[in-house]
Amino acid sequence: MATTRTAPPVEVKEAQAAAKAAEPESGPESRSPLLLVVVLLLLVLLQSPIRRALSAPVMQNWTTVFVAVVVQALPFLVLGVLLSAAIAVFVPPSFFARALPNRPALAVPVAGAAGAVLPGCECASVPVAGALVRRGVAPAAALAFLLSAPAINPIVLTATAVAFPRNPEMVLARLVASLLVACAMGWLWLKLGRTDWLRPPSAHGAHDGQSKGAAFWGSVRHDVMHAGGFLVVGAMAAATLKAVVPEQWLRATADSPLLSVLALAILAVLLSICSEADAFVAASLSQFSLTARLTFLVVGPMIDLKLFAMQAGTFGRGFALRFAPATFALAVLASVLTGAVLL
Amino acid sequence: MNRQAQAAVLFLLGASLLHAGTTDLYLRYVKTGLRPLLLLAAAVLITAALATAWYERKRTKEGPKGGGHHHEPRVAWLLILPVLALILVAPPALGSYSATRTGTALQEPLAYPNLPSGDPLPLSLVDYAGRAAYDHGRTLGDRRVRLTGFVALDRAGTPYLVRMALSCCAADAQPVKVGLTGHIPPILQPDTWLEITGTYTARRTADPVNNGPIPFIEVTEAKPVPAPQDPYDESWNN
Repeated sequence: MATTRTAPPVEVKEAQAAAKAAEPESGPESRSPLLLVVVLLLLVLLQSPIRRALSAPVMQNWTTVFVAVVVQALPFLVLGVLLSAAIAVFVPPSFFARALPNRPALAVPVAGAAGAVLPGCECASVPVAGALVRRGVAPAAALAFLLSAPAINPIVLTATAVAFPRNPEMVLARLVASLLVACAMGWLWLKLGRTDWLRPPSAHGAHDGQSKGAAFWGSVRHDVMHAGGFLVVGAMAAATLKAVVPEQWLRATADSPLLSVLALAILAVLLSICSEADAFVAASLSQFSLTARLTFLVVGPMIDLKLFAMQAGTFGRGFALRFAPATFALAVLASVLTGAVLL
Repeated sequence: MNRQAQAAVLFLLGASLLHAGTTDLYLRYVKTGLRPLLLLAAAVLITAALATAWYERKRTKEGPKGGGHHHEPRVAWLLILPVLALILVAPPALGSYSATRTGTALQEPLAYPNLPSGDPLPLSLVDYAGRAAYDHGRTLGDRRVRLTGFVALDRAGTPYLVRMALSCCAADAQPVKVGLTGHIPPILQPDTWLEITGTYTARRTADPVNNGPIPFIEVTEAKPVPAPQDPYDESWNN
């Protein structure tokens, strides 16, 4: 796998270095199909050494989890990308101006609650939130939607109820804590956020002069290439963690209330499990308190390795570096408070 | 990466999802219920690839002036990796390596419905483990049951029959383990699938990883079987 992982960037650099000498218009661009063919041919020729390198149990485990995360996330990513393309092409900006309250401070909770209607996991919400910002929705409201959608939609809440049959209050606690964090982050953005942190995803190319079909599929292609690439990065990180870090480390923290909350919050970030499945994993972490497990359920859909990579791709690295730690801190705080009241 | 290459990558990605979804390959990685969505995603990706190629042809015919050139980030090249992993490598479902590193995920069942008749009675490994560990085998009695799972050996060499329970994808798969005692085959190779016939025994142990309960089964007969079509236990999905 080492060869496969490092080969493309290196060759891209070579191609671009070579292309600098050529004329700028048809430089690296026109070479990439050729490059793709060369890379694929090489990999097919090298497939038996690659297979041999991957036959060790650790590497097999890594590859299986990597493929599983990507295969599981792609359908939801595609769903989100289709929705986002539909919003970008077919829904006029005036619709959102009418649908959301004019005052951003009010639009935040409305957008947060609207997250309940997007059936899917976090991979779908990133491109949709990107499209909302592009369509002129206040970033604070779009961010509230981004955070709440994967945590409070009916599919995820049902899964939570199924996973915790003896603690139905977990469902309510998850809903309340997630909405709290989503709104708090929206308002925090209103107060402190600066638009120049947010790389507006407008590099999308002007739609003027294009037919609706061209604009729609152009948006789909762009979003899949963008978010998909970062999804792969996140999947690699999650697979590495799952294959390498021993679970015993976790057990050591279970006895201290404070440590256990922090440990499960960090675990949620590192594992990057789909929000539709995380409740089952949380249920099995039975040596931890309910509050610690609530933290796992609130943090996971809002910020994890995969999401961080995708947010960085959609909104820019400067944004993700500020947004992620703030979300993490608020999510832990809100879970502890909700846990103290409800659980 | 220019648009032609992007169209090619989109097509490959869609084709590999289609390949996984139309064969049993996808069952190694995700739950059964994801299949329709998987096929839908494959169709959308392939359509996007064809549409990209078509609009690109139209654009170049009209001349290079329409539509600005802009690069997609280099990270998009990474999308080739899952394609290769699926088509060339097709890694196996999670096995004993993962099972011994992760604690048993056995949960207390909500109820213990009466067992149907049959001798030996085919039972899911998770069902047996739940009845044995939390109900002290009251509903099992001395019935002969038949379990299917793969072999895993812990560090001390104790053999377990394991089934990975999955709720969405292999990243959240967790093992449920049943210890083997009685007439166990002299040589046990980890990851081989066995069909065990046996009876309840009160012996149990705690999983060294998370202290979870691991019940045992008194084996009377064990025979190797091919891996089942769906290697995971998905009873938590229902």
